[in-house]
Amino acid sequence: MSMDLRTISITPLRQTFGHLARRMGADKPATRYMEATMDLQPVENYHYRPTWEPQYEIFDARRTRIVMHDWYALKDPRQYYYGPWTLARGRMGETAGGDFDLVDELGLAAAYPAEGRDLALRVLLPLRHVAWASNINNAYVSAYGYGIAITQAACYASMDQLGVAQYVTRLAIAFDDLESLASAKSAWLEGREWQELRHFVEDLMVEHDWFALLVAQDFVIDGLLYPLLYERFNDKLNAAYGPVFSMLTRFQREWAGETAKWIDSVLKVAAGESPENKAQLAVWINDFRERTVKALTPIATIAFGDKATAMLDEVILQLNTRAAKAGIPL
Amino acid sequence: MDMKTSKKLGLKERYTMMTRDLAWDTTYQPMDKVFPQVGYEGIKIHDWDKWEDPFRLTMDAYWKYQAEKERKLYAILDAFNQNNGHLSVTDGRYINVLKLFLGSTPPLELMAARGFSMVGRQMVGAGPRVACQMQAVDEYRHFQTQIHSISNYNKFYNGMDEFAHQQSRMWYLSDGKSFFDDAITAGPFEFMVAIGFAFEYVLTNILFVPFISGAAYNGDMAAMTVGFSAQSDEARHMTLGLECIKFMLEQDPDNLAIVQRWIDKWTWRGTRKLASVGMMMDYMLPKRIMSFKEAWEIYFEQNGAALFTDLARYGVTIPKCFAQTVEEKEHVTHQSWLGFYMKPESTPFHTWIPGPDELDWLSEKYPNTFDKYYRPMYEYLDAQEKAGNRFNNKTQPMNCQVCVNTIKYNEPGDPMEMCFRETVYQGEKFHFCSGHCQEIFEDEPEKYIQTYISSHQALQGNCAPEGVDTHAPDFNPGSHIADYWRLDPRATGDFNGSEDQKNFAAWRDLATKN
Repeated sequence: MSMDLRTISITPLRQTFGHLARRMGADKPATRYMEATMDLQPVENYHYRPTWEPQYEIFDARRTRIVMHDWYALKDPRQYYYGPWTLARGRMGETAGGDFDLVDELGLAAAYPAEGRDLALRVLLPLRHVAWASNINNAYVSAYGYGIAITQAACYASMDQLGVAQYVTRLAIAFDDLESLASAKSAWLEGREWQELRHFVEDLMVEHDWFALLVAQDFVIDGLLYPLLYERFNDKLNAAYGPVFSMLTRFQREWAGETAKWIDSVLKVAAGESPENKAQLAVWINDFRERTVKALTPIATIAFGDKATAMLDEVILQLNTRAAKAGIPL
Repeated sequence: MDMKTSKKLGLKERYTMMTRDLAWDTTYQPMDKVFPQVGYEGIKIHDWDKWEDPFRLTMDAYWKYQAEKERKLYAILDAFNQNNGHLSVTDGRYINVLKLFLGSTPPLELMAARGFSMVGRQMVGAGPRVACQMQAVDEYRHFQTQIHSISNYNKFYNGMDEFAHQQSRMWYLSDGKSFFDDAITAGPFEFMVAIGFAFEYVLTNILFVPFISGAAYNGDMAAMTVGFSAQSDEARHMTLGLECIKFMLEQDPDNLAIVQRWIDKWTWRGTRKLASVGMMMDYMLPKRIMSFKEAWEIYFEQNGAALFTDLARYGVTIPKCFAQTVEEKEHVTHQSWLGFYMKPESTPFHTWIPGPDELDWLSEKYPNTFDKYYRPMYEYLDAQEKAGNRFNNKTQPMNCQVCVNTIKYNEPGDPMEMCFRETVYQGEKFHFCSGHCQEIFEDEPEKYIQTYISSHQALQGNCAPEGVDTHAPDFNPGSHIADYWRLDPRATGDFNGSEDQKNFAAWRDLATKN
């Protein structure tokens, strides 16, 4: 139906929804992020208890040791609701796709030195399984977390990790070397160098505290692994063999930089809420960091040889600095 | 290395490498501890690898398609809002459809998002897990785009501003809440039958037609665009629901009895949930698309029957409630609208008596029932209203313990008799709207004794603001309920004479006249 509407200006009766006006303390326009996020998860009058966890309500703040008086304080500084999230990933995917195409067109993978390729694939390909573990553990947060602010961000992180696992898989396709995927999987399952890491992420799959999973996966593991392997190891490959892997792992670097802003902000707000939260977060970060460093040491040794310890020390320092900035002294 | 195979990778092979091949069986922790929920419902799965991916979308492709859709959608929403698109709808009454929609639908899409995240965590197979996760994130999209499309209407019309607060409190939203609460508190396989199959596959068109085509017919470009933009997502969701049913049935013959019970239960629960949607088609859209009866015949009786014929090879039979729904299609929408009309102080949307043309349309569409049973009621209520004696039911309704609908439907075979069923469980009497709901209760009484019935809660004094003495001798539960709901009195009662009606007319005049 079409109708000629003269452009007119009419005064709205209200600027936003009641729950947002109360939250902002005034009736003023709300952002689309707020409309898509705030106060939307049910908090009361549930009909039934879960048959799978009758000790809890459907949504229950007691599923973590972290305590917040307002769970929507855990806002996403990127202001990601579905639209901006998928637009950002679409743009990143376009760039990544262009890079993969270019590597293919110019035959850059085939021309890459065999020694460099073997080393790179040995270190990078098993990371698809690490990302897969993060996918499932972030799905847990998305499922059982409290409040849409955190669950939607975890849902996006979970899908992002699936995307990362798929981009890593494409490395093998780009190098026309599917056998390397099978070897990487065997290494992940049986190779001594990967067992500490696999053991850790499998332990996380039975962790019931969803906030612990956020800290372990999105802050500690990614906070050490990405700077170590997607940055420092990538730099090493660039210097020794040329920048092909730099092109083929661009998505991961861009993603990690952006996602760190989100998780840092979440930790900062949670730590600022109470001394108890701060202490709990410090315990988790210390424990998880210790396990992750132990797990990454054999990988770092393959990647950096005798520089492994120095590289690890750098990324540990970087993680500690981020924790300190979030108000969590370790 | 001469592995020149990648260029020849088929779509299926490539997708397997991008999903299932990422997964492994855990050994440091036992698989049944990593996936603790897949066993207790009794569904037997022997080989998760037999799962057929219903669609094969890697994340890069997903982001590309979805980003394109989002870009277009928000461009249209912005333009619609900027140009006061709300004034181009057929009639101010139409906006009441959006009020009902906003209260009932985005909150349930949100439950679907969380529910699919749960199943996307709990399924053992990587194939179903990824498919469920993708549906979870789609459902975030759906509730958010729905809220965004209605946000601008909220600025100009009453009754939409407290939807988030009302979702868990408002009596008539309790049926939808109970539906999703029931599904999400069930195990992962029952959730898939409830939402993935019964809701998304069997009944989804009945939801789509009134809202989306209804929006299109009535000039609401915003809601229409949201709906059309969601359609390709919905197509994926439908194939997931169907694949899940087939997978369960193919895995073990013992699964059939369980799955059949769930199909019977959830088709009925979905049917009850859709009564208010049907009412929207028959009464609330100023420009009608088709009657609820016609929609039911096409989308449920014909398409549904074809689906169940297809599933017959697994031993699945047509849902038990099928015949009753066919009989009820001639009644439920009229009973629902009458029910809402009779409670003018209890909803954040307006009601009205259909105009003469509309009554004729209903007579034509419902030749077997409308003139015989319902027209006389409308004519009576209309006469009463005009005589200054507008009907106003101030009592608390009696609700079904399972579907939570107000008990208002007729006895099968007897339109003049109200249908009541009751069961005594542990010394307490429970009431039902139908034999089907009674049977659902009796299958799982420990679950359904928990149902939150808002009229009971109000009578128990649980819906009064803090500081009110609910034990005072003169305590009247009804006097506080509107505050508990945050119900704006301007949003209640008759459309005729409402602020919405006046504003819409005045603004449209400004926009279209000199």
